[in-house]
Amino acid sequence: MDSIGVLMACPMSSYLEQELEKRFHLFKFWQVTQKPQFLKEHSGSIRAVVGNAMAGADAELIEALPKLEIVASYSVGLDKVDLGKCREKGIRVTNTPDVLTEDVADLAIGLCLAVLRRICASDKYVRSGKWKKGDFKLTTKFTGKTVGIIGLGRIGTAVAKRAEAFDCPISYYSRTMKPDCKYKYYPSVVELASNCHILIVACPLTLETHHIINREVIDALGPKGVLINIGRGPHVDEPELVSALVEGRLGGAGLDVFEQEPEVPEELFGLENVVLLPHVGSGTVETRNAMADLVIGNLEAHFMNKPLLTPVV
Amino acid sequence: MASHAQNDGAPSPLHRRSPPRVLLLRKPHHFSLINRPLPDNFHFLKPWESPLPFDDFLSSPDARAAEAILTYGGAPVTADMLRRLPEARLVVTASAGLNHIDLAECRRRGIAIACSGDAYTDAVADLAVGLLIDVLRKLSAGDRYLRRGLWSSEGEFALGSKLGGKRVGIVGLGRIGLEVAKRLEAFGCAISYQSRKKKPYVSYAFYSNVYELATNCDALVICCGLTEETHHMINREVLLALGKEGVIVNVARGSIIDEKEMVQLLVQGELGGAGLDVFENEPSVPEELLALDNVVLSPHTAVYTPETLSDLCDLVVGNLEAFFSNKPLLSPVLYERTGCSAGIGSVTTTKPDSVGFT
Repeated sequence: MDSIGVLMACPMSSYLEQELEKRFHLFKFWQVTQKPQFLKEHSGSIRAVVGNAMAGADAELIEALPKLEIVASYSVGLDKVDLGKCREKGIRVTNTPDVLTEDVADLAIGLCLAVLRRICASDKYVRSGKWKKGDFKLTTKFTGKTVGIIGLGRIGTAVAKRAEAFDCPISYYSRTMKPDCKYKYYPSVVELASNCHILIVACPLTLETHHIINREVIDALGPKGVLINIGRGPHVDEPELVSALVEGRLGGAGLDVFEQEPEVPEELFGLENVVLLPHVGSGTVETRNAMADLVIGNLEAHFMNKPLLTPVV
Repeated sequence: MASHAQNDGAPSPLHRRSPPRVLLLRKPHHFSLINRPLPDNFHFLKPWESPLPFDDFLSSPDARAAEAILTYGGAPVTADMLRRLPEARLVVTASAGLNHIDLAECRRRGIAIACSGDAYTDAVADLAVGLLIDVLRKLSAGDRYLRRGLWSSEGEFALGSKLGGKRVGIVGLGRIGLEVAKRLEAFGCAISYQSRKKKPYVSYAFYSNVYELATNCDALVICCGLTEETHHMINREVLLALGKEGVIVNVARGSIIDEKEMVQLLVQGELGGAGLDVFENEPSVPEELLALDNVVLSPHTAVYTPETLSDLCDLVVGNLEAFFSNKPLLSPVLYERTGCSAGIGSVTTTKPDSVGFT
């Protein structure tokens, strides 16, 4: 199989690179200076693209790779893959569901606790020597707070299960109400935001969910409300979020994702009521290895004409 | 109105008598932090408002008439103090820990003790879980990395460690330990525990000593009371057994861990990480810890939320009112416990004419 060309869109995992190099002819797109020339030269041999949350396969890239058969994403979100184009051309698409569900859900709750209890801010307080001069301020209890979840898929459900262990009443918004679901459903995000203390974004990024957290939702969440984003940066109208936080119209935020990663609005850096993470949702050794194995497994299955492990298209 | 039978010396119902005198050993910051006034149906004695030094104040007629003592962790109730307060029949402590109270002397004198009951449980359990997630998933470290601009300049942040599937050992399975366990189960952790006695009705694996617990766990969460036995119970041996990837979280008392040893092991890389809300010599924190990325440091904030303090104040007032109305204490201390922990399987109801402990 080592004559099969696989194009990796950006750096994502040295373990994955190693494993791909053992099996295929791996091209590292980020090391290519003259991309159009490279694509012309190698389009005959590239039959697979490996992408992730940062870079995948857009229409332009797909058109430039006439031999492309499969896009295997090292992520569960596929907003960087032109799924329509793939369907049109019969290109298979796989992602990495399930293996990262727990880590992402763990992070969502970790962010809730870190924001409400000011864990990161109080760590900074101790490190700066301020504890010697006085006690830290009161923070907000997490147990029992109402939690609203946008998107009750694998990750949303896992978040709900964890929040329930803290006696948090759970409500949710999704495109359709889930039958047999014990959580309270709201037919709009604004209504959900009006009725919860902590709002957690856990849905896929699509055209419909772009800026699903807008000014209206932020206003509904209010000066005591907290937004947790473990989805994608573009779920949130970021300038609106920043001004709401800076002006005190929103109580706090825990953000793992941003509209222009790795750029993060600097106005947030001085705020104590936000926790900012560099997109670490699935970022554990255990999970990234499992994700890499799934990417390899899907590619091997495809090139051996076996059923794909986790196909989306 | 029929009067109910009373033991000799038992206090008369609250509304029928002058406000009971309650000696405050410290300024009641749990009330002031949430702007809650002290209840006006009690007469609070405030030593700090007196020109007399505390020792002399205790000898004053005012203090000697005190029927109850309201204290906090860190303000000791000693045998000597109790000897000098012959009317004192109740100690209310706004703490879960009891190591600052001479329990033997209280028992000898038939003095009832009320503690913080369940008021603190959730907030402490929440923080324990928050600290564990922070250490494993590097939340504080990641936030620092990002705010320093390193995500842009250095690239991807380091990977953390998955919480699910971790074997977590709870040291002390009282109210707080149980609530920590319940939360962590939802994250897919495998729970085991150490306590003086195996708890009936609990399905978690039991270890009678912390060394064995540590040997079989990836993380330890300290939730027990501080006593002579538990002082420095988490020593070098236990920490080495926890291992290079091991994580320790402490929301109990600093001196349960041999802090010097822990710091050394962290610096040497023999211990994976630590989430600490308490230290041996607060507010001093060992300098070496300030330079480490794999520790999360918290300035003893576990109970300090307005919701928790409000519940605590309700409980303090409720206990005072109950006692002086001849009713059972809301959160009595059982003398065989080290902490304010009823745990599973013990009964805390009291008879109306007794003063609240079994």
